[in-house]
Amino acid sequence: MNQVTLEISLALAGVLFIIGLIGVMVRRNIIFMLMSIEIMLNASGLAFVAAGSKWMQADGQVMFIFILTMAAAEVSVGLALILKIYSRFKTLDADSLNRMKG
Amino acid sequence: MQLGFYIPAVIAIISSILVITRVNAVHALLYLIVSLFSVAVVFFTLGSPFAAALEIIIYAGAIMVLFIFAVMLLNLGKEADVEEKRLLNFKLWIGPGILSLILLIQLFVILLSNNTSGIESQIITPKEVGISLFHKYLLGVELSGLLLMSGIVGAFYLGEKKKKSRHRFFQGENK
Repeated sequence: MNQVTLEISLALAGVLFIIGLIGVMVRRNIIFMLMSIEIMLNASGLAFVAAGSKWMQADGQVMFIFILTMAAAEVSVGLALILKIYSRFKTLDADSLNRMKG
Repeated sequence: MQLGFYIPAVIAIISSILVITRVNAVHALLYLIVSLFSVAVVFFTLGSPFAAALEIIIYAGAIMVLFIFAVMLLNLGKEADVEEKRLLNFKLWIGPGILSLILLIQLFVILLSNNTSGIESQIITPKEVGISLFHKYLLGVELSGLLLMSGIVGAFYLGEKKKKSRHRFFQGENK
């Protein structure tokens, strides 16, 4: 039986991670940068789950749960920061925020 | 098993590319939800139904709702789209794209240089995950609880409105 290999799953995780990385580097809107970081975290979780099901261990999914927790905490703080930045500078352009004038 | 893996994989890649190329934030969020759903199907095919359920409940359910509410609170209009289109010129994509593609090709070469057998289609039940989570990784659970707590406190502190002081004596302090 022809099965899905670990390499294919890790390749998918790598492709998604690279897409997120390009998004973080290219976009200048902070919301889109945060979304690209979400894509990257999701891809790393996919790598963990794929490795966990390769060796038939539950540890991969446990690591995925930790990544999920981290993503939730990161998004809540990040979105609060975005709202604060928008109410102060009236823009979401990351380049215009290079002077953090208190 | 094969088609159940490859179709959602292709959908995930396409919708992720669409996420980072959209101009409107809400459109990008909807494509991101499609991407998360297809990754959940990939988890399901890999024999991890618990991870698939968590992906849908927490990522697509909770985190995306948070994103959508933040975008709604920002109240971006048509002019934001025009501004975003101006920022998104093609020349910016060349440098990061090429460098990241080199990294990706290197990863592919490493992955394809050793052949291993396929993933067994054995399901890892939520029970095993729970036993592992609360025995081997108990310290990790407590630490992630600490992380969530600090996230809540940080979000509350950042989201709080500065109080306006009525007395003229304190007027200068809150600027």
